[in-house]
Amino acid sequence: MKRARVEERTFIGLMRGAFVFVAVGLIMILLTVIVKGLPALTWDMITQTPKGGFYLGKEGGILNAIVGSLYLAGGGTLLALILSLPITLYLAAYARGPRQSRWVPIVRLALDVLWGVPSIVYGAFGFIVMLALGLRTSLLAGILVLTLLELPIMVRAMDEVIRTMPIELAEASYALGATRLETALNVIVRQALPGIVTAILLAFGRGIGDAASVLFTAGYTDRLPDSLLRPAASLPLAVFFQLGTAIPEVQQRAYASALILTAIVLMVSLGSRWLARRLSRNVVK
Amino acid sequence: MAAGRFSLRSLRDRAAGSLFLAATLLPVGLVIVMIIGLTLRAQPILAKYPLGELLTGETWKPLQGQFGFAPFIIGTVWVTVLAMIIAVPVCMLTAIYLSEYAGPHVRGLMKPLLDLLAGIPSVIYGIWGVIVIVPLINDVIEPVLKQTLGFIPLFNTNNPTGFSVLAGSMVLGLMVTPVITSVAYEVMQTVPHGLREASLAVGATQWQTVKFAVLRKSAPGLIAGVVLGFSRAFGETIAVLMVVGNVPQMPRSIFDAAYPLPALIANNYGEMMSIPLYDAALMGAALVLLVLVVAFNLLATVALRHAVRRAA
Repeated sequence: MKRARVEERTFIGLMRGAFVFVAVGLIMILLTVIVKGLPALTWDMITQTPKGGFYLGKEGGILNAIVGSLYLAGGGTLLALILSLPITLYLAAYARGPRQSRWVPIVRLALDVLWGVPSIVYGAFGFIVMLALGLRTSLLAGILVLTLLELPIMVRAMDEVIRTMPIELAEASYALGATRLETALNVIVRQALPGIVTAILLAFGRGIGDAASVLFTAGYTDRLPDSLLRPAASLPLAVFFQLGTAIPEVQQRAYASALILTAIVLMVSLGSRWLARRLSRNVVK
Repeated sequence: MAAGRFSLRSLRDRAAGSLFLAATLLPVGLVIVMIIGLTLRAQPILAKYPLGELLTGETWKPLQGQFGFAPFIIGTVWVTVLAMIIAVPVCMLTAIYLSEYAGPHVRGLMKPLLDLLAGIPSVIYGIWGVIVIVPLINDVIEPVLKQTLGFIPLFNTNNPTGFSVLAGSMVLGLMVTPVITSVAYEVMQTVPHGLREASLAVGATQWQTVKFAVLRKSAPGLIAGVVLGFSRAFGETIAVLMVVGNVPQMPRSIFDAAYPLPALIANNYGEMMSIPLYDAALMGAALVLLVLVVAFNLLATVALRHAVRRAA
């Protein structure tokens, strides 16, 4: 009996320690970004594009990267949504039951693989497709690669929500004579709407924060993106490039850029919680 | 289905089904196209050198036509595995604490924080690594470990900077912590209460209940959580690239610099078209990453099936 108590005490101590360690570490990340970024954050940073000598510490801002990132992640999220809704609904409404397609396990495995494919590999793949088609770095290429990156994230998040739905809900719909399509659109989508919104914003957050995939495909430019066929800047790369210089003022701006990026991601995350809570009022519990 | 086989509703249902199926097959096609595409681009180098030589070669001198991938593959393995060694025990203990011991207040605060931090871009973790972790390693961890355990090669080094395997692992470890912890926590929450009560009723302590009932029941989910974290860590580019030193060498100690595969691709894409075979080599590196992901997922699927059978 004594040994059991000692073991229990030890593990409770270890757990408390681990918990404090994790909490402190995670809070420290946020604090580091705020403490380092806030002093360098100016109005110009978010309203100006880089002017001459910006990368030597002269004036300007990173509006190009902010707008570029919003376009890239927005476009990628929209295309990923158009593709992932039919996939999710197929898996939820058509792929259940005895007449399930032989493809379903393979599709699930492929989605798991794609979820785990590093973004740099998507970037490299996008790059060779661009080479094959004779395209150059552009906003469009960046959006397409982010679509690939976000698709498995979105499908997995939606699928997880739909799996928690009571099966009786769909069965009730079938019992009333509804077809699979009608059940998918009128019951499943409606019931899973809060989860779908969360999935969309989750994918958007991952898209806007990813640097490795857009490095190859979207390029970087000091101008605001004005065409799908021209390069576009992005926030993660703005952070990365500015941090890589030797000039202290520019490094300061990297911290400010990091703060802007973090603020956008946090706003999206909080917004999605709020939206999901509002929408879940229409959900059958 | 109540609708007649040829009614408009039934036709629409089947038409949508075909369309949805087409979209659903897209991921399968994408995996195949990616493997074929990268293999084709890596073909020039695969044709020139035998595969074994490429994978085990230790010299990386593209200008002299020497392409040994071993330092990069080993670098990736070191950084990822060390990150998991750091993160997994801490995450599991934290998840058990949150799920089984902590009060509702702590839980209510911690869960949203974990969700928020799981969404923070990796470049932010990288910045934190440069500002906090690298100096910490250089000024504190390395001197202390070198003095006390320096006779073990693993803790000895001549690397004068803190940019090292350990820095990459610590950044990655913290990056995957929110992911693994929140999955593990959620899995433990799905264990039915009756199971815990039954265990406590036969006289088990709370920790014994955790060990013999909760952990055993949730093992498959915990494995899945670790796999998720591993996938995130293994291909991470920017955060690792910023702190790991990027020297193409075989790391001998956790304080040595390393050069993981993703960092290699990201650092050199600019000049890869100007040196012969360099682009093929980098696309080959991407192919190695992709093949590893596929192999890893197949393995995880098998392991999960095994664990599910044992937990049932």
